[in-house]
Amino acid sequence: MAHTPPRKHSNAGVALNAPYLLWSLLFILAPLALVALYAFTDAAGHFSLSVFRGLFATQESRRMLSRVFSDSMRYALYATAICLVLAFPLAHFMAHTKASTQRMLMMLIMVPMWMNFLICTYSWRTILETHGLVNTLLEALRLPSLKLLNTPGAVILGMVYNYLPFMILPIYTVMARMDTSLVEAAQDLGASKLNVLRKITVPLSLPGVVSGVTMVFVPSVSTFYISQKLGGKGSLIGDLIELQFLGAYNYNLGAALSLILMAIILICMMVLKRFSDREEGAFIA
Amino acid sequence: MAKDVIIDLKNITAGYDGEPVLKNLNLYIRNREFITLLGPSGCGKTTTLRIIAGFLEPDEGQVLFDGADVRGLPPHKRQLNTIFQRYALFPHLNVWKNVAFGLKLRKLPKAEIDARVAEMLNMVNLTGFEKRTVSSLSGGQQQRVAIARALAVKPQVLLLDEPLGALDLKLRKDMQTELKNIQQQLGITFIYVTHDQEEALSLSDTIVVMDEGVIQQIGAPKDIYDEPKNAFVADFIGESNILDGVMLEDLRVKFANMAFTCVDRGFEQNEKVDVVIRPEDVDIVPPEGGVLQGTVTGVTFKGVYYEYIVDVQNFKWMIQNTQAHSVGDTIGISIRPDEIHVMKKSKYSDLIGDYSCYSEEFEELSNPEEDEADE
Repeated sequence: MAHTPPRKHSNAGVALNAPYLLWSLLFILAPLALVALYAFTDAAGHFSLSVFRGLFATQESRRMLSRVFSDSMRYALYATAICLVLAFPLAHFMAHTKASTQRMLMMLIMVPMWMNFLICTYSWRTILETHGLVNTLLEALRLPSLKLLNTPGAVILGMVYNYLPFMILPIYTVMARMDTSLVEAAQDLGASKLNVLRKITVPLSLPGVVSGVTMVFVPSVSTFYISQKLGGKGSLIGDLIELQFLGAYNYNLGAALSLILMAIILICMMVLKRFSDREEGAFIA
Repeated sequence: MAKDVIIDLKNITAGYDGEPVLKNLNLYIRNREFITLLGPSGCGKTTTLRIIAGFLEPDEGQVLFDGADVRGLPPHKRQLNTIFQRYALFPHLNVWKNVAFGLKLRKLPKAEIDARVAEMLNMVNLTGFEKRTVSSLSGGQQQRVAIARALAVKPQVLLLDEPLGALDLKLRKDMQTELKNIQQQLGITFIYVTHDQEEALSLSDTIVVMDEGVIQQIGAPKDIYDEPKNAFVADFIGESNILDGVMLEDLRVKFANMAFTCVDRGFEQNEKVDVVIRPEDVDIVPPEGGVLQGTVTGVTFKGVYYEYIVDVQNFKWMIQNTQAHSVGDTIGISIRPDEIHVMKKSKYSDLIGDYSCYSEEFEELSNPEEDEADE
């Protein structure tokens, strides 16, 4: 035969994929294009770099921008690090305990996710506020009350509370699937518990750690609700962007800031990927 | 007991979640021997291995290593290494790093590690594979890496848990030879777990036949094959015709409604016994010349010989012979006295019937089922 017959399933494949393609086009690609469009036009709708130029024009705005971005990054990094420190041992414990305990712990981790994230965050206010749950308890114990709400600590707490499950689940999944005979083989060859952890468990759970870090860091760095409700004034990059769209109605500036944030997240992810690839690459090369 | 005992298991009882797996097991293993734990799945052979390796603590009993009790000693402090069923190679490390794993933990100088890894890879014919990922290797190559990794740290004893189970037949035969060569070359003890009786017979110095957590028989392959202790061993090791018989007196046994001269003695008069006759030990003669007559009901060509299912007085025998016969032929059977093996009755006697519903697949399937039925 001169040419291969047409593959029958390809038409069906297109038909099946169409809804998803349409969805991606409408709700992912089109909004991204709009963001880019706004970022690179001025108020009159003409192409211009004036928004970006304006952002970096004065020393004051440069300082403001760097503070907002560095705060956002710092808070997100803290939250991610705390999540990782909490999640890794918990995931390790869960993966090695008996099935019924695993199911129960999984439930406990999932329950907060059944509640709306705004409500969860708002509830933390009643716990942390000046006459909230914690301070009432301290008063009852005749201890000095603490300023808990509207502090950086409260913001990081909110991030950790909301995003911790996204760190636990991927790490747990990887660990639960890990072949236990690998651990036994390592012990068999002379590895103590600590060495098993260092040389087997940690490297093999890296894929889960990487996706956990991504899933905690990205929403943390761009959050605005948590910082407003628990941090008081809301001074993170997410707040700044929200202000442009919902307060100042400066869509061009909001879009430009969003693009910068996206670029930063992208760079972070690439660094993370390079790091995890190198870990794996080391075994291959 | 011999002086060169390296591992001694004394009155071991063990189980998982209250379910007993081993029942008062006693076994000693001599230095430098190739010993095989053989039995159907669920017989406790892997559990025994895990107790020796230290992955499982026995509920009762002692494990002595070189005369010293090793209770509570974690696996990483025991002088032995394991080849796992699915090799358990570290997927994030290349071949070289897998083999060097134990050496690095021992903090040996780099030059020594390099030399040792090279030596091990050379021994298993994998020189040149150092940089390859584990997943890029074939099953047989992964097996070799596992062997090299375990032997790199110079264990006194190597434990092998069904190491060839995942390989195809041809490769399995090659690896069997290779394992035996390695064992002899290094002069260390191999404790080998398998459910494959052929493998056990061809590799071992000593075979330990187990079922339901109890050792059924310990002995050299030839002794176990020729002198099985009970119907289970006779049935599990090779093929056997197991018939009900009565010991008339020393050297006289009656089965298939005939009295035969045999070589066994020491039974009570008229004691009920199991009589084992191996399929290859039965001679086929013209009908009128045989002590028993039978009708061929099944023929399987096996290459070197034919395997016949022969109906003798409604009991189906298996007979292996090089002569050609076809289904429906009437043949005569003759058996020499030393080919008749008499065993005491055991709880297995009634479980093992004739070859009336024999098929090889069924044979594979039926063993674990028998276990469950007995509990």
